[in-house]
Amino acid sequence: MSGRTLFDKIWDSHVVRSPTQEAARVDALSEAGMIDDQGLLGERQEMLYIDLHLIHEVTSPQAFEGLRQAGRKLRRPDLTLATVDHNVPTIDRELPNPDPLSATQIEVMRGNAKEFGVTLFDIFDPRQGIVHIIGPEQGFTQPGMTIVCGDSHTSTHGAFGSLAFGIGTSEVEHVMATQTLRQSKPRSMSVEVTGELGPGITAKDVILAIINKIGVRGGIGHVIEYRGEVIENLSMEGRMTVCNMSIEAGARAGLVAPDETTFLYMKGRPQVPSGDDWEKALEAWQQLPTDPDAGFDREIVIDGSGILPFVTWGTNPAQSATVDGKIPELDEVPTDQREATERALTYMDLEPGTLIRDISIDRVFLGSCTNGRIEDLRAAAEVVKGEHVADGVTAMVVPGSGLVKMQAENEGLANVFRDAGFEWRDAGCSMCLGMNPDILSPGERSASTSNRNFEGRQGPGGRTHLVSPEMAAAAAISGHFTDVRKLLS
Amino acid sequence: MVQGKAIPLDRANVDTDQIIPAKHLKRIEKTGYGEYAFEAWRKDPDFVLNRPHHDDATIMLTRENFGSGSSREHAVWALDGLGIEALIGVDFADIFKSNCFQGGMLTIELSVVDVDYLMALASDTPHTEILVDLADQTVSVVGESWQRNFDIDPFRKYRLMRGLDDISMTLEYHTDIETYEGSRPDWMPVTV
Repeated sequence: MSGRTLFDKIWDSHVVRSPTQEAARVDALSEAGMIDDQGLLGERQEMLYIDLHLIHEVTSPQAFEGLRQAGRKLRRPDLTLATVDHNVPTIDRELPNPDPLSATQIEVMRGNAKEFGVTLFDIFDPRQGIVHIIGPEQGFTQPGMTIVCGDSHTSTHGAFGSLAFGIGTSEVEHVMATQTLRQSKPRSMSVEVTGELGPGITAKDVILAIINKIGVRGGIGHVIEYRGEVIENLSMEGRMTVCNMSIEAGARAGLVAPDETTFLYMKGRPQVPSGDDWEKALEAWQQLPTDPDAGFDREIVIDGSGILPFVTWGTNPAQSATVDGKIPELDEVPTDQREATERALTYMDLEPGTLIRDISIDRVFLGSCTNGRIEDLRAAAEVVKGEHVADGVTAMVVPGSGLVKMQAENEGLANVFRDAGFEWRDAGCSMCLGMNPDILSPGERSASTSNRNFEGRQGPGGRTHLVSPEMAAAAAISGHFTDVRKLLS
Repeated sequence: MVQGKAIPLDRANVDTDQIIPAKHLKRIEKTGYGEYAFEAWRKDPDFVLNRPHHDDATIMLTRENFGSGSSREHAVWALDGLGIEALIGVDFADIFKSNCFQGGMLTIELSVVDVDYLMALASDTPHTEILVDLADQTVSVVGESWQRNFDIDPFRKYRLMRGLDDISMTLEYHTDIETYEGSRPDWMPVTV
């Protein structure tokens, strides 16, 4: 028998009921003349147990309402964790929320958490923050688990070697009622990043390089395992950044095998087992990495030593160039992508052939589940220290959680940002998705550490360029994109 | 079975932020999203949804990777609000496809050549009706001989045909779930 991948191992250990078991049941019932249908599970679906269900105010209200209407219970409140992040203000929280719809949505989250007995990290709880930041921060995210959330960036948790993916509201309700999901097993894909990253090259550049190579559909129907020296040498924060944007490559989830870096990061966090339990858990976690003789359905290799700082210029995350490069000429783009490229450039108000460093920006957003962790803020602070935001540029830092914010304040980073002219906000998703008032005005151009440069994503008519925290900081003080490595050297 | 006129939305990688922008996700209901569907693109008078002859279409023709990005099921509710009952495209983003299934919205994948044909047809003769037959797994053009087969997970088909509820079917297995729960290591994290 050939070996199993990390993905296979997590999947296999969470199957509550398989199609084979179901087929046997259907056969037995048919023979007895009691059933003439396909049973309750079908030929391809497996029932997977879910170890942790993260919920937030935007994609849960209709699911709770569904439970109420059907008279169903929330099966495992003790495996469910709620926070408010997508729609919370990042300023003036003590004042009444000026948007009545937002206020209602947050109030409904509170009411549902109370009614169904779910722990909620509410707006004034220091542990409140972006759902994909608080799980790892508190130690709820552990290797080998299945984690779901009504949010596509749930893939972030895959950095710990847990199978984590986004689901829609109907599936949120299904997990609430049953603590399981019906899934057909996705295919597996290995993305190996070899060699060593150059100085000043970040995890964000790695994932933007991967998406640039495999495209926004490259991972459809697959779970990616990121492997290779570059991935092994990334910090946990870096691995989270990489896994976070798996969905931008179309993948169902992203994974990194747990190792010493993982265990060191986890040890001592509030929800991580300690004492004898730590030893037991560690033993289980160490069995998880992909066996040497396991195969993948698809394998991609990328030379990590060739990766440079990336900047997106278009309206999907694969439309990107390195900072020393330029926007492609239309005749350099494959014929079937020309029309889409033209449309993207019209929206972005950019000309083919423009040098990346000649693109000026109006706004800088530092934050999100992609790059809102302490390491991201430290790296950006290193760039802005003693400098000032360029004339005409507005810049803001939105820490990923209340605890990240507190830590950054204790380390003096908040003052570095404030002194440099950045706004220092409370934790939330903020301008990453433009649900709360933190949005671009029509025509404004941002350097953003978030994950999506879709049309209007950060506000109607807004133009988004995705970059690393270091590159965003460099753009903030230069007023245009610039190679951060030159500022640091 | 869905029969109706089709809207040719001839763009690849249409993301769920276009289908329903985040600022309209503040509602706590599943309805009321149709009027905001494709809000930004509808500001362009030439956008295909603004052409009156597509007003009562029930099928939308799409390209590659339709529904990419955010997991918001509101995207399906918004399309439903537009009166769309089936999507025919080259392929669909994973989470979106799953959400469509949950909401009873058919997602039909055809080859690029076949999608090209239907796009041109819907664009040139917008009154042409397309018929999607789930039982037979066929797409055909009403009044013409053009017909194609499509694939669907047999269980999804079975479920859609009977309008069955996933949750109640899964709950039939409550003893399996309990057995599984009994085998979970006790060091695993809990939230309360």
